[in-house]
Amino acid sequence: MVLVYSDNKKLTFELLSKGSELSKDLGKKSTAVIIGKSDDTLANEYIAYGADNVFVAETVVDSFKAEEYAEILEKIVKETGTEIILIGSNKNGKELASRLAGKLDVGCIIGCTNIYLKDKKLTAERVVYSGNAIAVEQFNSKPGILTVSSKVFDPLKKDDKRKGDIVKKKIETEKSSSKVLKVQEAKTEGVNVEDAEIIVSCGRGFKSKEDIKLADELADVLKGKTIGCSRPIAADLKWMSEDHWIGLSGHKVKPKLYIATGISGQIQHIAGIRDSGVIVAINKDADALIFKSADYGIVGDLYEVLPKLTAAIKDKMG
Amino acid sequence: MNIIVCAKQVVDASEIKIDSSTNKPILEGISKKISDIDKNAMEEAIKIKDKHGGKITVVTVGSADAKERIKELLAMGADEGILIPYPDKYDYHVVSTLLAEAIKKIGEYDIVLCGEASTDLFSGQIGPKVAGLLNIPQITYAQSVDAEKDNVVAERNMGEKSVTTESSYPVLITVTKEINEPRLPSLMEILGAANKPINDWSADSLAGGLEPKIETIDLKGVSMERKNIVYKDSLDESIGKLVDNLAKEGVLG
Ligand SMILES: Cc1cc2nc3c(=O)[nH]c(=O)nc-3n(C[C@H](O)[C@H](O)[C@H](O)COP(=O)(O)OP(=O)(O)OC[C@H]3O[C@@H](n4cnc5c(N)ncnc54)[C@H](O)[C@@H]3O)c2cc1C
Ligand SMILES: Nc1ncnc2c1ncn2[C@@H]1O[C@H](COP(=O)(O)O)[C@@H](O)[C@H]1O
Repeated sequence: MVLVYSDNKKLTFELLSKGSELSKDLGKKSTAVIIGKSDDTLANEYIAYGADNVFVAETVVDSFKAEEYAEILEKIVKETGTEIILIGSNKNGKELASRLAGKLDVGCIIGCTNIYLKDKKLTAERVVYSGNAIAVEQFNSKPGILTVSSKVFDPLKKDDKRKGDIVKKKIETEKSSSKVLKVQEAKTEGVNVEDAEIIVSCGRGFKSKEDIKLADELADVLKGKTIGCSRPIAADLKWMSEDHWIGLSGHKVKPKLYIATGISGQIQHIAGIRDSGVIVAINKDADALIFKSADYGIVGDLYEVLPKLTAAIKDKMG
Repeated sequence: MNIIVCAKQVVDASEIKIDSSTNKPILEGISKKISDIDKNAMEEAIKIKDKHGGKITVVTVGSADAKERIKELLAMGADEGILIPYPDKYDYHVVSTLLAEAIKKIGEYDIVLCGEASTDLFSGQIGPKVAGLLNIPQITYAQSVDAEKDNVVAERNMGEKSVTTESSYPVLITVTKEINEPRLPSLMEILGAANKPINDWSADSLAGGLEPKIETIDLKGVSMERKNIVYKDSLDESIGKLVDNLAKEGVLG
């Protein structure tokens, strides 16, 4: 059986598409897991998106905690004789999958970009060495756990005529000795850098949060309106929300034009922009690494370059 | 407070070139270092020790030359190092089992610290997997840690939210790059580290008959070719040329 779980509904749809393909190849069934309150609407949606069955683990656990969720999944896996476990590769999913792998003592591959059977063995590809290579990994034991990020697989077309069973079961867990004291929603700006066609990206070369408007103005004339940033801008300085963050630990982007301003071009940033069409770099340091990863570069102070570039592009585009 | 830091030796990914004839990354002959965020884990361990006293042990599963890297962590402030040489065949399962067994052998511990992810493989798997093997609570992506006598409170960076979590001991914590600024040891500290012990623990002595569950069957290089045209003329001229070229490429608007 192929088990599919994510706390993100859209991501679960995407996993179900791969899950049903793998389960067909194996001649087995795919099962989507819901943890928490029973939700028939959601369960039926999962079936419409390709799940053969839905397993609802009814628990008193009120919010996500890796320790407790891993225990729940462990019980389900053991009870159902699961061979493949697909988990959404967001932050919750990664720590859940890894902990589950420890508890079940099985192999786990994080962040798969492709999954298939090769010589009847479960095989997956993932990006390693900051984007310099793709490793092809093969399981030689069962079950196997794999995590997949959003947008790696396309969901199946929703089909409300698909049929499936919904199994509900109460599952008790041991209370973890860790406790969530506070959850603070950071405001996101609803930016979607992953689908953006043109991105102007800001790094630590900017001296203050207000100055980002220089990049905004350029993005505006480019009709891109999408601003990205390096990790320090989002994670250290918190000048921008996490949805702008591009790189190995942030979002992977593939715009037709990527303009990196005041970004040094460390490999972890480059890992997020390798699939871009044209890369432009603006940096005052002629030796900055970013120029090695750029198609076009201007050596100069961004405070001088950006306004001029904005004006020149405005002129050109009429 | 007994603190264990799991630190990995990695190749510096920024030095990797792709062999154009085989299309494989060249991993030999490039510099090795302690995975960046493991130094943040080390720094956090020192801060906790400064507050409560105790002992810091660094554990590495790695090749023999990792000893030199462990010395850097001893210079920063670790008290003792343990090097478990990689078995002939290893994967995440083998490494995490060895780390968990080593931690059990150390015995008395309050906090195990890991990086949020290693810079070469970037899975973020080892921390939570070891916590699962040891069946202890885990706190991932900690961007601040406040260790008190009987419990620890950490703020976790979960992207669109920040989650404050409390746990009793023992606990496994993975830290982010933002949690602190790792110190650079002084010359005296570097010299002093030479007298600190690094123990060799064999894989066999910790867990016999370990077999990988996953095998890497291929490693394909991904090269990125770029034009690398850098304008160094007067700014107005440079911008003129750039805009012309972008228009030609058809990427404006
Ligand atoms: C495991 C791991 C994961 C990571 N993940 C990511 C990630 O996902 N994304 C990411 O971005 N980073 C990531 N990093 C961090 C990365 O290594 C770099 O530290 C980071 O990208 C640097 O950000 P920066 O270029 O904005 O800042 P800096 O490196 O400080 O560079 C600032 C640049 O601005 C230039 N500059 C300064 N003033 C001006 C001016 N007036 N005009 C023009 N140029 C100017 C400087 O010459 C310099 O090149 C990660 C690191 C690790 C270890
Ligand atoms: N071989 C190793 N030896 C010691 N610690 C390791 C090893 N591999 C990974 N770790 C720890 O686990 C963290 C996450 O690694 P990874 O799962 O590879 O992303 C690292 O930051 C280290 O703290």
